[in-house]
Amino acid sequence: MSEETVEKKIILKEEDDYIVNMGPQHPSTHGVLRLEVCLSGETVNYMIPHIGYIHRGIEKMAESDTYKQVIHLTDRMDYLSSHINNEAVCLAVEEALGVEVPERVQYIRAILDELTRIASHNLWWSAFGMDLGALTTFFYGMRDREKILSIFEESFGSRLLHSFNTPGGLLHDVHPDFRKHTLEYVKYFRKKLPDYKNLLTDNVIFHNRTIGIGVMDKKMAINYGVTGPSGRGSGFSCDIRKAAPYGIYDKVKFKEILYHEGDSFARYKVRMDEMVESLNILEQLVDNMPEEGGFTAKMKPVIKLPEGEYYQRVETARGELGVYIVSKGAKYPYRIKFRSPNFSNLFVLNTLSKGGIIADLVAICGSLDLVIPDIDR
Amino acid sequence: MNSTIKYFTDIFKGVLSLWAGMRVTGKYFISPGEIVTEQYPENRATLKMTGRFKGEVIMPHDENNQHKCTGCGICELNCPNGSIEIITKKVPNEEGKMIRAIDKHIYHLSMCTFCELCIKTCPFDAITWGQDFEHAVFDRAKLTKVLNKPGSSLKKKEVKS
Repeated sequence: MSEETVEKKIILKEEDDYIVNMGPQHPSTHGVLRLEVCLSGETVNYMIPHIGYIHRGIEKMAESDTYKQVIHLTDRMDYLSSHINNEAVCLAVEEALGVEVPERVQYIRAILDELTRIASHNLWWSAFGMDLGALTTFFYGMRDREKILSIFEESFGSRLLHSFNTPGGLLHDVHPDFRKHTLEYVKYFRKKLPDYKNLLTDNVIFHNRTIGIGVMDKKMAINYGVTGPSGRGSGFSCDIRKAAPYGIYDKVKFKEILYHEGDSFARYKVRMDEMVESLNILEQLVDNMPEEGGFTAKMKPVIKLPEGEYYQRVETARGELGVYIVSKGAKYPYRIKFRSPNFSNLFVLNTLSKGGIIADLVAICGSLDLVIPDIDR
Repeated sequence: MNSTIKYFTDIFKGVLSLWAGMRVTGKYFISPGEIVTEQYPENRATLKMTGRFKGEVIMPHDENNQHKCTGCGICELNCPNGSIEIITKKVPNEEGKMIRAIDKHIYHLSMCTFCELCIKTCPFDAITWGQDFEHAVFDRAKLTKVLNKPGSSLKKKEVKS
C-alpha cells in the first residue's frame, strides 16, 4: 500500500455511545429478530437488523418437493396469513397448467382470505397495544380472534397452519355450518369494534406514543418496497386485490384504504379500517357463495408444470407476496423464489427509527407488523 | 392565554378518553356475559374436538382386528418429511400364492407437519385423523408409533353387487 492511500474510516460509534442488542429474545420483536441498536443516551443513532435466526431454507427444500408438498412449507413462512400463502402457490400452478378452478372454490378461498386477514390484524392489534403498555387489548383481541380460529378448526382441523389449499382447489369441502358461522362472526365482530375504538384508538396515551412517530413518506415507501398496510399508511396505493385482481376479487366491491400521514398512527388506522372493509367483503361473498360446484377441479395425480417461468402475486395481511416458479418440466420445481413482504418492510426500520428514542423503536417495529419467519424463510 | 386553554382542554380530553376505555373494561367486569375461558384440565371429560381435528394419524381397526392397509406405500411416497415408514412382508393368501402385506406401518409423530397428504392420497382410506391431542411425553422415542395393531390382518374387500 502506498503512503498516499488515505485510510477512510466510517465512524459508527462515538465514545459515549453504546450498543444494545434488542433481541433475539426480546418480546417486542415478536420472534427471533436481533436488532443491534447504537444509542447515545436514549436516542437511536442507527439500527442494524440481524436476520437468519429462524432460517429453514424453505426455498431450497421446495426444490425437492412436488407441487402439492410445497404448500405445507408456505404455511410456515407468514404463519398468520398461512391460507393466503397457500393460495399464492396454488394460483401460480393453476395458471401454469391453465386449469379453471370452480367458482365456488374461488368464493371459499376469498372468504378464507378475508377471515385470515381479520384474524391477523386482530392479533396485531392485541400485540401492538401490549407493546405500548396496554395489556388489556391483548385479552380483548385474542377473545375475538378465537371465534375465527373456531371456524377454521371446524372446517379444516387446524387453527394456525392449515394446508387447506391444493393446486386445483381445496383439500376438502368446507363444513356444512361454515356459512352460518361466518355470518354469525361478522355480526359479532361488528358489535365489538366500538370497544376497540374506546380502548385504544381514542386513547390519549396511545396518541402520544404513535402520532408523528416514524414518519415514512410516499417516496420512501416506494423506494424501500414497503407494501401492504404499512405502505398504504403512507399513501402508496399497493393493494394487489385492486391492482391485479386474482380469484373472485374483481367481482367484489371494496375500497382501498389509504392514509397519507405516514406515521405509526396512520398505519394503525389503515389496519383498523381494513378489518371493517374485510367484513364488508365477507358479507358480499357469503351471500353469493354458490352451494354447488364441487371443491376441486380435475387434476392429474402427478402435477408436472410445462417448462417456463411463472409469477403470481397476492395480497397477504402484511403486503405483497410474490411466488416465482421456474420449471424444467419435471414434477419438482427447478427453483422457487418467494418475494416476502416482511423482508422488504423490515429494512425501512433503520431509517424510520433514526433520531428517535428507543421506546419509539418499539412502536415503529410494532406498527410495521413484522413476522420474523417470513423474513428468514 | 391560548396555550393555557389548550393545556386544560388537553387534560380534559385525556381524562375523557381514559374514562371511555375504563368504561369498556368496567362493563365486562360487572357483566362479563359469555365467559370464554376454558378450565382445561378440569373439563377433560366434556372436552370434544371437532370431527376434522388433526390430532395424529391413526389406522382404524374393526372388531376382528382387521384394517384396510395393503402396504402399497403411497402415503410414504407423498409424505414431505419422511414421517411414515412402511415395512412389508410376504404372506400366503387363500390360494397359497405369496402376496405383499403390511408388516409395520411406522409413524413418527415427532416429524409430522400435519399436511394431510398421506390421508388424502390413501387409495383404501386405511388411515385417518385421531382426535387425541395430548401428545406430551418425556421420551422422544415414544412418539414413534406402529399404527397397525399386532396380529391384525387385511380386511377382505366387500364384493359390490
